[in-house]
Amino acid sequence: MSGGHSSYQPTSGIGKWMDARLPLPRLLYDSFVSYPVPRNLNTWYTFGGILALMLVSQIVTGIVLAMHYIPQVDQAFESVHLIRRDVNGGNILQIWHAVGASMFFVAVYVHIFRGLYYGSYKAPREVLWILGVIIYLLMMATAFMGYVLPWGQMSLWGATVITGFFSAIPLVGEGLQEFLLGGYAVGQPTLNRFFSLHYLLPFMIAGVVILHVWALHVTGQTNPTGIDVKSGQDTVAFTPYATIKDAFALVVFFILFAYFIFYLPDYLGHADNYIQADSLKTPAHIVPEWYFLPFYAILRAVTFNIGIPFTDIVLIDSKLGGVLAMFGSIAILAFLPWLDTSRVRSANYRPLYKQFFWLFVIVCIILGYLGSRPAEGWYVIFSQIFTFWYFAHFLIILPVLGLIEKPLPMPASITEAVLAKKGGAASTPDGAAAAPETKS
Amino acid sequence: MKEMNMKSFVAKLAGLVVVCAAVGLGSAQAANYPKNKPREQSWSFAGPFGKWDIGQLQRGFKIYREVCASCHSLDLVAFRDLEKIGYSPAQVKAIAAEYEVPSEPNADGEVEDVPAKPADRFPSPYANVEEAASANNGAAPPDMSLLAKARAPERGFPTFVFDVFTMYAENGPDYIYSLMTGYKDAPEGTKIEEGTHYNPYFIAGEALAMANPLSDDQVDYDDGTPQTVDQYAKDISAFLMWTAEPGLVDRKRTGFMVMIFLIVFAGMLYMTKKKVWAGLKN
Repeated sequence: MSGGHSSYQPTSGIGKWMDARLPLPRLLYDSFVSYPVPRNLNTWYTFGGILALMLVSQIVTGIVLAMHYIPQVDQAFESVHLIRRDVNGGNILQIWHAVGASMFFVAVYVHIFRGLYYGSYKAPREVLWILGVIIYLLMMATAFMGYVLPWGQMSLWGATVITGFFSAIPLVGEGLQEFLLGGYAVGQPTLNRFFSLHYLLPFMIAGVVILHVWALHVTGQTNPTGIDVKSGQDTVAFTPYATIKDAFALVVFFILFAYFIFYLPDYLGHADNYIQADSLKTPAHIVPEWYFLPFYAILRAVTFNIGIPFTDIVLIDSKLGGVLAMFGSIAILAFLPWLDTSRVRSANYRPLYKQFFWLFVIVCIILGYLGSRPAEGWYVIFSQIFTFWYFAHFLIILPVLGLIEKPLPMPASITEAVLAKKGGAASTPDGAAAAPETKS
Repeated sequence: MKEMNMKSFVAKLAGLVVVCAAVGLGSAQAANYPKNKPREQSWSFAGPFGKWDIGQLQRGFKIYREVCASCHSLDLVAFRDLEKIGYSPAQVKAIAAEYEVPSEPNADGEVEDVPAKPADRFPSPYANVEEAASANNGAAPPDMSLLAKARAPERGFPTFVFDVFTMYAENGPDYIYSLMTGYKDAPEGTKIEEGTHYNPYFIAGEALAMANPLSDDQVDYDDGTPQTVDQYAKDISAFLMWTAEPGLVDRKRTGFMVMIFLIVFAGMLYMTKKKVWAGLKN
């Protein structure tokens, strides 16, 4: 898959027979055994593998849960709690799936921020990055619909709020919302279609993941230096080097996962979802799951209409404005490869970007906190300030930084960087023929 | 030079952001309930090695039967579940027989009330939600099965961060205990609605529809445990934690084994990784 020659040598008779007909073993061997990866990948690069396993974990637990779950408004809530009480291993299975959704997002956020830090989205990896954004969007849709299925108070009211976004769209909005819900409000048809889609989307994610991995294997991985691989010495074989590293990181991640499953199963959820959905009782605060909170803060930050100054003409009312800002905050990620004007990939060699990166991380965390607060008083004002910063990071800071920043000197090759780090003599086996990518 | 200025600008900006956020978030206070945070108690089922106190669960069940059950249902709990808190199958059968449930229709299509069997779940004290509401001043008493998980007053920053490390997951029983022992006269100047009862621990207002249900010596204990409101409140809270998650202790026990396995496995993988990478030539 890496575009190079295959080193697969079938030895057994059946191996040769198969290779001449459907070279699937060859594909897997070239992709996950002999595939060369940069030798300097650090722990942050193990999260791709962790995410693949989280997807498998969610699909396996989900399929078993679906065998016991009843998508019917009068029985859904009870069926979930009877799974926890009466199904063998059901208590842990249900918690595993629910906590698993949160841990999936923990892993994906680490993965995304790693990409931001090391400039993984830059040429020639734009398509790889955009496929990642698509996976993220599918994950959000899947998680949202999955949260509706237990039919608790937050399920129903969360679904009411989120599908309400669509009614903000001019002309077609109301019709679109009714189409999504299968009625005027969240009810039986909504639960049925969300169950169906919640079962479908993970397999679509799996499909896009295959494209994501394919694109990755065409361009090869980035690495903490951001320098391209220049010789065989810069790489190691995926197996055993990357496999064993990924396996270790995966098990450490599963320790964290297990800690929440077994000791804090309700920590990441919301107590109101232990109350059966009631369309006549609105909860005091409707709050989405933690992984949506920054976007929820952005949604509610737009409290003003946008119109033509000095007239009463409103072009975008505050509701539509909030929805546009929220979707825009995700969509903007897809344009990142062209918004970042710096030719240096890794933040390790970009002293200014490095600081703005961490500032951006802080801004996202604060937006998350603001999303969990009621939309009133100072919370709204801070949401507006940090929403502005969120967009400014992509639209102003990144384009400008690339033009004014002076990158640090970079090592001639990955091997040189590794040896320098080890404190050994920085020999340059390649004769350092290629100059590092610096800005002129 | 230009870069240095830029650097210090970024540093200042970062500082400003954090200070503003801290000041702003600290001062922005919504009128939130409960007025008083729940008082934290020590529970036998807390922590990584938590165990049920079977005597306490049985006392709590007695309180449920003699006090709570007149208004609150326990929809998700079956009589057979009581075997998990130390009752023998014969005792469970006897307890179930004290309740009546509608039978299956007979050959003539008649349904009559018959004594419950262990497989039946606790019948609700009311025929439906409307009846429950109408008998209780318009507010139907909530089902108690999941109550200890459905009530979790916000912990607030930074407590919720520490909770990850202390494994604090007892907000529900702490809340119920505090509510049960928190009834008092409304402070002067506080007006509460007719037919409600002041309690600063109530999660959704200053006063709730339910009157103080517990008083000293109300329920007889035969194991010498003090018959005080404080003790009753602890026992019913523990019982409700059990009804909310009967598998809680099993979960923690499984968790310990899983953690040991994962930690040992991680250690072995780490050593393997070191060995594999050590063989790499520079």
